Amino acid sequence: MFKKTLIGATAICLALASANAMADTKDKKIALSNNYAGNSWRQAMLKSWDKVTKQAVADGVVAAADPFTTSENQVTEQAAQIQNLILQGYNAIVVNAASPDALNGVIKQACDAGIVVVSFDGIVTEPCAWRVAVDFKAMGKSEIEYLKENMKDGGNLLEIRGLAGVSVDDAIHSGIEEGVKENSQFKIVGSVHGDWAQDVAQKAVAGILPSLPEVKAVVTQGGDGYGAAQAFKAAGRPTPLIIMGNREDELKWWKEQKDANGYRTMSVSIAPGVSTLAFWVAQMILDGQQVPKDLTVPFLRIDQDNLEKSLETTEKGGVANTEYSLEDAKKVVAGAK
Amino acid sequence: MTALLLNRDLLRRALPAITLAVLLVAIFIKQPLAMSQFGLTLMLQYAVPIALATLAQMFVIAVNDLDLSIGSFVGLTTCIAGLYLPTEPLLGALLLLLCIAAYVAMGALIHLRNLPSIVVTLGMSFVWLGIAVLLLPTPGGKAPEWLHGLMNLKVPGVPFPIIAAIVIAAVVQIGLMHSSYGVVLRGTGGNPKAVARAGWSLLKTKMVMFGLAGSFGVLSGLSLIGLTSAADAHIADRYTLYSIAGVILGGGEFIGGRVSPVGAVLGAITLALAASFLIFLRISPDWQIGAQGAILIIVLALRAAITRGSAR
Repeated sequence: MFKKTLIGATAICLALASANAMADTKDKKIALSNNYAGNSWRQAMLKSWDKVTKQAVADGVVAAADPFTTSENQVTEQAAQIQNLILQGYNAIVVNAASPDALNGVIKQACDAGIVVVSFDGIVTEPCAWRVAVDFKAMGKSEIEYLKENMKDGGNLLEIRGLAGVSVDDAIHSGIEEGVKENSQFKIVGSVHGDWAQDVAQKAVAGILPSLPEVKAVVTQGGDGYGAAQAFKAAGRPTPLIIMGNREDELKWWKEQKDANGYRTMSVSIAPGVSTLAFWVAQMILDGQQVPKDLTVPFLRIDQDNLEKSLETTEKGGVANTEYSLEDAKKVVAGAK
Repeated sequence: MTALLLNRDLLRRALPAITLAVLLVAIFIKQPLAMSQFGLTLMLQYAVPIALATLAQMFVIAVNDLDLSIGSFVGLTTCIAGLYLPTEPLLGALLLLLCIAAYVAMGALIHLRNLPSIVVTLGMSFVWLGIAVLLLPTPGGKAPEWLHGLMNLKVPGVPFPIIAAIVIAAVVQIGLMHSSYGVVLRGTGGNPKAVARAGWSLLKTKMVMFGLAGSFGVLSGLSLIGLTSAADAHIADRYTLYSIAGVILGGGEFIGGRVSPVGAVLGAITLALAASFLIFLRISPDWQIGAQGAILIIVLALRAAITRGSAR
């Protein structure tokens, strides 16, 4: 009962806050400090930022929301960039950081100058900044949870990992490992590194397949599902349930299989539009709302029934994306409280 | 005639300072907020490690060599400082001294085997980076408190980076340009035969210069981690090119012995400010590197024009 009242109270607070949100931040300026723009994910991220913030500026929610990208993925360059953003009088800086630690000095300076710093994707560890982080471990675990529901008998799994030595690979892997430990009906019989690339994954899977018993499902990290499917096909083995990672080629293949034989799976990854979530979080903080320092980004999950719709909106060769609204940001913040 | 000649010479020497002044005025017009102690401190902070790396490069250029490893060397020293200085200061200091010793050995090797310095230092740049990545596979570590405190020192009235730059420039200017051993050191690059004939060991002077370069590389790394408060193997990758550009911008030349410590510090500050200016102008990042290069070329063209004028 008490909890319900609390939720109700929070909802009322949020509703009240949103009523005057327009008024309070309309003369505030937000900057995006981005360290890299060299792949499709980052390009989609910048495009999402542009789309959402232009609308926000036109609506008078904020005065400006300018993106700045450093020419090379360099800590010192981004540090200098942030210092200049401080001088230009931005009220909030949204950061995709080149390094989790090495920008702490300048982030602290920004905080000391009264600037709200929200980091996302590439987060920073400086305590004064907000973090919109991706729980990659939970993402890995969610794959096993899906299998648990859809594959009651369990079976052998093949795991395709990402790029060795990168923290994201470790995090997703540990989530999958934890899921398997809790659900003994599943067993990982093989593990390869697909480097988040279809061609690498295809080669790696083709190499390990002859040594494997029957594989019921393939757990992946994104960008590797289509390659795995091709490897199974080339080896003449039955296609297992392959978890996808929201890439356009993966979704297209899934759609073809679904139409041909009712193939079932799911697809999960992080939407590049997370930059817009960080934008709204910054706006909420500027608006004077209480926002916890650590927030978790929801995954973008595609299921059997919304596959067609997602495929339609995904650019060729791109990644399924979604832009977040102020409402989404409020939900994320409420979830973290 | 002599008055004109003197003027041109004076103009050539003053060019680094004039460039910096023009840039500063442009920044102040574009961004009046920058014209405060806070603003100047922010903009110039990262110029301090660049200035130290530029001086390290200048020592090497002075003996007619080129150091392509200074960037990754600075990165390595930040990793060592971040990992060991806070918890095991003795071990950290020892490792940093070892780094300097490695630089001395590099100078000796280049001199004894008569190897092209570009090749040796290029190779060493991968060695430094490799060790740094081994020590610190993912960014981390922590700056020692005293270093962090020193780099964030607040002096009333004057931005700390300006004081630091003046002190650094003055020390090197006096040591290298106004001491008798400094003349010998510069002579090693300018006229090695004469220096050798006068009885000085070229091996020793080269080792001293590379040792100085290593020491300033370490100082650069220390000041950098004092600012960032955490280390990263790739933190200073761009310093190699920055340092060379800074020396040249500051009036140095690739023909040995012709360098200017004050100019090099001014050159480093100019480069750091040029980046700020371009961000203030909101020039797209794709154009920024090009625009920085353009500034460099304009200054060099001006210098060439002045020099040619004085030769006539």
